[in-house]
This record gives sequence, structure tokens and C-alpha cells, in this order.
Amino acid sequence: MGVTLSSTILRKVAMALSGIFLMVFLLQHFVINITSVFSATIFNQFSHFMGTNPVVQFLLQPVLIFGVVFHFVMGFVLDIKNKRARGTRYVVYKGSANASWVSRNMIISGATVLAFLALHFYDFWVPEMNYKYVEVLPEDPSRYYEELVHKFEDLTRVVLYVVSFFFLALHLSHGFSSAFQSMGFNNKYTPAVKSFGKLYAVGIPLGFAFIAIFHFLNH
Amino acid sequence: MATLDAKIPKGPIAEKWTNHKNNINLVSPANKRLIDVIVVGTGLAGGSAAATLAELGYNVKAFCFQDSPRRAHSIAAQGGINAAKNYQGDGDSVHRLFYDTVKGGDYRSREANVHRLAEVSTNIIDQCVAQGVPFARDYGGLLDNRSFGGVLVSRTFYAKGQTGQQLLLGAYSAMNRQIGRGKIKMHSRHEMLDLVKVDGKARGIITRNLVTGEIERHAAHAVVIASGGYGNLFYLSTNAMGSNVTAGWKIHKQGAHFANPCFTQIHPTCIPVSGDHQSKLTLMSESLRNDGRIWVPKKKEDAKAIRDGQLKPTDLAEEDRDYYLERRYPAFGNLVPRDVASRAAKERCDEGYGVNKTGEAVFLDFAAAIERYGKEKAHVKGLDENDKVLVEKLGKQVVKAKYGNLFQMYEKIVDQNPYETPMMIYPAVHYTMGGVWVDYNLMTTVPGCFAIGEANFSDHGANRLGASALMQGLADGYFVLPYTIGDYLADDIRTGPISTASPEFEEAEQRVQAQIDAFINNKGTKTVDYFHRKLGKIIWNKCGMSRNETALKEAMAEVKALREEFYKDVFVPGTADSFNEPLAKALRVADFLELGELFAKDALVRTESCGGHFREESQTPEGEALRDDDNFTFVSAWEYKGEPSDAKLHKEALNYENIELKTRSYK
Amino acid sequence: MKLTLKIWRQENATAKGSMQTYSLDGVSPDMSFLEMMDVLNEQLMSQGIDPVAFDHDCREGICGSCSMFINGEAHGPDRLVTTCQLHMRKFKDGDTIHIEPFRAQPFPVIKDLVVDRSAFDRIQHAGGFVSVNTSGNTQDANAIPIEKADADKAFGAATCIGCGACVATCKNASAMLFVSAKVSQYALLPQGQVEATDRVLNMVKQMDDEGFGNCTNTGACEVECPKGISLENIARMNREYLSANVKG
Repeated sequence: MGVTLSSTILRKVAMALSGIFLMVFLLQHFVINITSVFSATIFNQFSHFMGTNPVVQFLLQPVLIFGVVFHFVMGFVLDIKNKRARGTRYVVYKGSANASWVSRNMIISGATVLAFLALHFYDFWVPEMNYKYVEVLPEDPSRYYEELVHKFEDLTRVVLYVVSFFFLALHLSHGFSSAFQSMGFNNKYTPAVKSFGKLYAVGIPLGFAFIAIFHFLNH
Repeated sequence: MATLDAKIPKGPIAEKWTNHKNNINLVSPANKRLIDVIVVGTGLAGGSAAATLAELGYNVKAFCFQDSPRRAHSIAAQGGINAAKNYQGDGDSVHRLFYDTVKGGDYRSREANVHRLAEVSTNIIDQCVAQGVPFARDYGGLLDNRSFGGVLVSRTFYAKGQTGQQLLLGAYSAMNRQIGRGKIKMHSRHEMLDLVKVDGKARGIITRNLVTGEIERHAAHAVVIASGGYGNLFYLSTNAMGSNVTAGWKIHKQGAHFANPCFTQIHPTCIPVSGDHQSKLTLMSESLRNDGRIWVPKKKEDAKAIRDGQLKPTDLAEEDRDYYLERRYPAFGNLVPRDVASRAAKERCDEGYGVNKTGEAVFLDFAAAIERYGKEKAHVKGLDENDKVLVEKLGKQVVKAKYGNLFQMYEKIVDQNPYETPMMIYPAVHYTMGGVWVDYNLMTTVPGCFAIGEANFSDHGANRLGASALMQGLADGYFVLPYTIGDYLADDIRTGPISTASPEFEEAEQRVQAQIDAFINNKGTKTVDYFHRKLGKIIWNKCGMSRNETALKEAMAEVKALREEFYKDVFVPGTADSFNEPLAKALRVADFLELGELFAKDALVRTESCGGHFREESQTPEGEALRDDDNFTFVSAWEYKGEPSDAKLHKEALNYENIELKTRSYK
Repeated sequence: MKLTLKIWRQENATAKGSMQTYSLDGVSPDMSFLEMMDVLNEQLMSQGIDPVAFDHDCREGICGSCSMFINGEAHGPDRLVTTCQLHMRKFKDGDTIHIEPFRAQPFPVIKDLVVDRSAFDRIQHAGGFVSVNTSGNTQDANAIPIEKADADKAFGAATCIGCGACVATCKNASAMLFVSAKVSQYALLPQGQVEATDRVLNMVKQMDDEGFGNCTNTGACEVECPKGISLENIARMNREYLSANVKG
């Protein structure tokens, strides 16, 4: 991946940085999506801008994809290394005695989110790429809202999305404050960071779930 | 009887050490690279000596039986380390520390050594702070001090109740630096099982690798023994389970005299024995006596009611309590020296005033301290000093900051909250002042074999003052031995490497192998612990806090009989070439079984009472210890002659030129 | 009390180990866990069975020798104690207790419950010290005042006993708490700052070379640490390490 990240600490810092980057993206994604609840027009305007602006398309989008791929590849690499560091497994291991389930199972919540990402790409990103770059259909600035609404007519999909958002919330609830700790941030503001992290971890996925359910119920 | 020459330098006491350093032989840096030194033990003395010797340029081979040098038992020392810094401006000085230590030792230590110890004490603190040892500090950022038993100044530096740990980790870090540089070769999980002499000089050791069982030969130009004390002779003591006398005893058998073996410190504040299963005793730091008040009920019926659980100590009215140390020793109160405090506790319990189920415990009460500190804190914060709940809360916070880890430890072991109810304590074996005899250069009677720290005998006389063990260990290791050893090694610069192929090594290895094989093949019926426990009982009951001729004679006979039974009937499972703890223990207990007899013999010969050695035949009408300076102002150094009972006594006369011998009074 | 003990038995480093079941009667609640093990060993020896090997020494919670993984937790169910300070009153009559060695790739088993923790020593050799010679004429100890808060924090970090509970507990067998305790102690004191850059780089490198896992901030180490060493130290080491990388 270009930079050699041989040290455990640098790897974790890279995880933290990519995580924070993804959380910023998530917030931005949420801000745009929530507009669909209030106004199809604003949502279409935003989506059109994001979908056609060259800076977004050819600079931010690849960075984002790199961020996503890096975060999950590194996540798996670390997990394999960590499992190997244990060697022989314990017969009885009471992880719940000293750490939360979420913090111990980031790989599970992460993998669920990754699986969701595949579905999500299949739902939106692949048709979008197909529309713009493969079939090169004429641009229609008002098509986005319709596409969105159309997807959420299907109950199975809505359920899958909501379940995934639940796992996203779990992932974020540890990931947010953990990222700060990995970067060496632990001081008198840490309780505030933790509280904000919990708020973020619950708020954003709940918001996304709301959007999905909203469109399902309203159409 | 023969006399011993300690080779004390001439001149006024305050100049002896400086003059000596100016006049002893040195080894040049280029030649130090050609010289190997073995250090056995990596506690405060051994660790600091190994690090300093390596820094100076010697090639050091260090050995410890633990899995890491950091686990040596110095780590468990709690209270603090003395130094004549006079940071508190309370009139402390090198001379006063020297005087207190000699007096505290009941005038049975060597003046010149003690003065040197007091001189270098200040260097120790500087050195440790430079190493990053986090001593306690006050709000101004300067080092804090507290007071310990037997002194009237505050000269004890501390790091909560973990001073030994911090100092040991400091020495360990100094070692690590040298291990990283390759100047120390560290051999963990190795036990020294014999000393090898070539042409009368110490030239190496035989060790057993405790993981593989392999018997190894290690050669060097000098051997330093820093293996600690032999308190585990009593089976139950505050020493670590592995602490043993083997290194010291093996060099004794090779010609090193063993001095004052009967001088043992029984520490007054330990957690009482709870049952037969007990494997070791836990110390509650002497620093607690700064703030804790020791008492038993005034009336026997109250003591009985407390023992039976019908009366809570907190319910007993102030006038029904006997603060017996404050009563008997008004000047020093609860801070009398350890031997005095221990005997006083035993006296009360023997009279029937003990407060736990076994009747062998007294109270150490913090209620007064909590109130005092709470009021002070309330005053500082501008809060109501008469609000009892608030004062108690604030007071507990202060006490927790000072002694938190000790209180927690007590609660875990006894299952009682010492913030709410007084602690129960009883004396227990803690430290041995006796040890291998050494001269002023810390060399034993075997040329090239040195002994430092608790393993030697020189600085504490018949009783050690609190916070002086750490001081002595580090003084010997950092500032004394690394220089005095040069005086001996200066003759060895042309010797070249010592071969381990000599017949002397062969013979020593075979001795060790034979002993191991004998144990493995013995197939007796009783475990090693059975013998160790039995030995401990004999020594505690007959050579403990008070001793008399009849009991000591019985002890000698019983230990001898037990030793014979041990060789006949001990069962050691497993094989010689594997990790085998019972085997390691058997080798240690074998030496304790010899030392025990010499211990009793030494106590028998010394018919006076002094320090921790209390002979019932020699006491004042009030029951205080009575010294006999006319006949016993000497060090008993025993020469090995086969059976411990045949040991030959050598005397080193103690000359007090700077301190007048007086009856020790803490009243 | 009567107990069923399931204990990891492994003859030596290369042998294959397994859990063995023993039953033990007459255990007093006042016994420490290790005293219970002593009683078991006496019983085993009387039956001609090799006693269970375990590390122990001071038995007062400070040397860091004892190292058992009891019922799925390092040093057992109690908090802020080592195994030697764990008392049998924490268990009930009839309990089954699982006892395993501390597990980590860098802590190979030597025998039964005894593991080799020399990896910790090697990390310390790499930089766990201040390079000062024993000269006897270093600066006076009070020449540099140190803020009490910093001195107390340094002390808090320095209380680490090197037992390895953090590694044993961590689901990743990470040694970050151990290493960061030493790095923090020196980072907080002026005496340690001169070599701070090299120290953190070298110690972390050694830690990685030994094969310890990554810290994923689960916080389990802090909970199980018998000395209550804080996670703040790990954050501090992360900071020190990042700034050392920027500088170096």
C-alpha cells in the first residue's frame, strides 16, 4: 500500500485515521440523504452535484474507495496477526468479564458492515457507474430521488439495511473513541469524546435507518 | 578461638572511606575488559553491583533463580530508604544516621562500615532520582520524607508502600542497559549450587538450570554473593518462597565464615497467622507506625470478648485500651525499634491480651490518624472541622493516599476493612542481620569471594532499623563493592580467562550431581515441605523472639535429628533433568537444616541479650534486654568444620572509638 | 470446601498438553489460591502424580511471578490482585475451576502453568532505562523539582510488576500496557526525556519483533491489571511514538 506500516502502533494509527475519515464521509452522506425526507428537489440538487462534479468524482471518490478498502484490509490483517499472537487458545476465556462485546468483536461488526457495503454498492454505486460511464446515458438531474425511493419499496432490502445500520452503530460505538485513543488522545476531554462518540454512533445509523423506513412507509 | 582482622583503614572515622578509596589498588579500564565477575542474586545489592561493575568495564555474569532479575525479593520492601540528606532541616547528618544505626543495632555492628554506609546514603538518593525512580514528592515538587522506628528525624525517602519495588526496578533498569550492551550476561532461572576454588581463590560457581536441570560450570576472577537473607529458615517468614541460604551456605562450606547467624529481625507489624495451610507471612510496612497506634484491651475479659467475637474493638472505650508502647516508651512511643516493639507485643499476648482467635495479635489503629488528618484537611479547605462525617471522609482520603496499597493488601488477605476497624498484627520473621562474614572490602574469608547486601552481616549489628536494608543493599552494590573489588582484582590482570575444565570444577560439579542424584533416588515417604515446616516450628518455638539455654540445646539436637531423618526419608518426585520445583526446594532445605543447628549454637554461645537476640537469662528487672558488653562486644564468625555443631568460633572484636556504648533506651 | 480443578498439564515446552481434572477436598476459604495449589500438590505427590508446576515467589502481590489464568481471567475473578492474593473465599463449595497458563505466542509454556516471559525482559533491554552511570556525583536529588501530579503519574505507571496479565487477558495478546507503563514512567520525568525518542522507538520495535498483537483498545488489560495501570499510558505511548517518528 505504498507506505510500509510495519509497526503495530502505526498500523493502528492508520486504522484510526481511515476510520475517522470514513466517519466524516458518513456524516456528509447522512446530511445529503436526510434532505430526501424533506425535499426531493434539494436531494436531487445535492446528488447531481456529487455525481457530476469532477473533484468529487475523480479525486474524492477514489480516495474514499481507497479509505474503505484500506480500512477493511488492514482490519483483517490485524485480526489475523492478533489471533496468531495468542498461539494456543484458551479452553475457557471470559472476555465479557473485562471488555465489552462490541470492542472484542469489531471484526464481526466490521465484516457485517462490509457485506452491507457490497449490497449498497450493488444497489446504488454499480447502477450509477453503469449509467454514467458504461452506457453513458444522458444526464437527468432529477432522477436520483426516484431511484432512491424505488429501492426502498422492497421490505427485504429495508430490513437488511436496518440490520446493517445496527451493526454499524455497534462498530462506531467502539470505533469512535478507540480511534482517538490510538492516536494518543487520552486526557481530561476523553469523557467528552466518549460521550460524543456514543451520540454519533447511535445518531447516524439511527438517522440512516429512519430514512430507509421513511421512504418505505411513504411510498 | 581465633581473632579476625576486618582490615579497617586507619584514621579518623569520617575520613576512613575517602582515604581507603584513595589508596586501594585500581584496575585500568583496558584491563577491566579482561576480567570476569560473577554476581549471584539480582536484588538491590546484586542488581546494582552487576550494573555498576559492567559500567566500569568488567564482564559480568549475573544469576538469579527467578525468571527475571526484576522479581528478586527486594521488590517487596515497602516502607522506604534512609539517607542523611537533611532535606527536612530537622538536624539530620551523616553522623546522626551513623549514630542511630549503631545504636539501633544495639552496638553489635562495625563502626567503620556503618559510617561508610551513612556517607554514601546521600549518593544513593541522587543516583536513583537520576535513574528515574519516582519517589514521593510534596506539592513544591521536592522529595518527601517520613519517619521510621528508632530515630527522631524524618530521613526516609519513599514511593508509597512500594519503595523496594521502585528501587529494584531502578537497579534492574541499570542492569538492562548493560545487558543491552552485552556487558552483563544474564542467567535467569539458574541456582548456584556450589563455589569453585582454584588455588584457594574463588574462581567460579556450579549452577543448575532450573528449566532443563542442566548442571553448568561458570568461571570468573571473582564471585560476588548477593543472595539475600535466610529468614525462610523459620519456614513462615515475610521472605519470598524461593528465598534461601544456599549460595551463602555453600561458600561457608568452602571456607567463608558465617557471622552472627542468630541475629534475626522479627518484624512487629505482620498479618497474623491464620491457619496451618499458611505458606508465608505478609508484612505491613513499618511506616504504618507513623500513623497507627498499637494497643490491646486493658482488661483480660475484654480481650477474651474480642477474641470470641462478642465485642467489637471499635466499641471499646478509650480508657479501656492499653497503648502499651506509648505507656512503656513515652519518648519513641509507637516508633520504637522493631525488636522492642515485637517483644512488647509478644509480652502482651503471652499475658493473655491477644485479640485474634489464636490470641496472637494486637491492634494497629488508624482512627486517631484519620481524625487528625481529616481535621487538618478540613481546615486547609476552609470546611467545618466539627463535621464528623466530613472529617472522617477527608481523613480516610489522606490515609489512603499514604498507605492505600497496604490497606488494600490487608483487606484482601484478612477480609476486613482497615479503614473501619483496627488492623490486627503480630511479629514475624523478616530480615536476618547475620550472614557471611566480610572485611571492610566486603570480601569473605575466601579470597575473591565477596558478599553484599543482606547476605553479609556487617552493618546492622543485632537489630536493623527500618528503611536501612534498602540503603545497605544499594550502598554495597552501587558505591562500595565496585571499588573495593578492584583492590583484589588488581592482581588478576595477567591471569587471563579462567578455564572450567580444571579438576576443581570437575570435582565441584560431581559434588552437586551426587547430591541431586541422592535426592532423586531416595524415594522416601515425606515431602520436602514436611521437613521445612517442622524445621520452622523448631526454630520459631525455641530460637524465636525469646531464647534460653535449655530450649537452644533442644533445638540443636532436634534440628540434627530432623536433618538425619530428612536424608533418610525425603521424597523428591520427578527427574533431575527437568523443571522440578520439589528438587530445587530439597536442595535449599538441606542447607537450612544445617544452618538451623549453627543458628541455635550461635544463640546458645551468646548468653547476653542484644537487639533481636533476647536471652531470658539476661534481662533487667523490667524485662528489658540486658547487654553484656564486657564479654560480648564481638562478632561471632563461625568456621565450617563438617557438622554444624563442630563449627569453630572466630571473634572479631568490635571497637567503639566514636560512639560510647550505652544501654539502649527508648523511654 | 470441595472443588473440582481442571488444570493444564504439559510436561515440557515441546510436549503436547491437555486439561486434567482433579478433585480436592478440605479447602479453607482463608487459603490463598496458591496455598490451595500447595495442598493439591501435596495430594498429587502422595498419589505418585507429578505436582503441578507454577511460578510463584513473593506471595504478596508484588514480584509478578504468579501467572495463572483462572476461569477465563488472568489472576482470577477478583480485581487488583495477583493470583497469590486471590483467596478461596471468592469461590464456592462445589465449584469447578479452570486453571490455564498465561497464553501468548511470545510466552511459550515451560511446564504446566509456567511460561517463559523473557520477552518482557528483552523489551526492557531495548530501552527501559535512563543512561546514567553510577558515579556518586550526579546532580543533587532535589535539583530538579518535579510537579507532584507528574511524579504521581510516573509512579502509577512504574508500579507495573511485569506479570503479563495484560498480555494474557488481551484478546490480541498485546503487550501495549506493559510497554507503555515503562515508556510513560520515563516520559513523565525530566530525567527520562533526553532519550525519549530512541526509547519508544526501540521498545516498540522489540515488542513487535517478539510477536505481541495489536492494541484494539478493548480496555481488558486495564481491568485485569493487578496494579490498575491506566490506559492513559497506552495513549501516551502512542503520542510519544508518533512524535518520535516525526522527529526520527
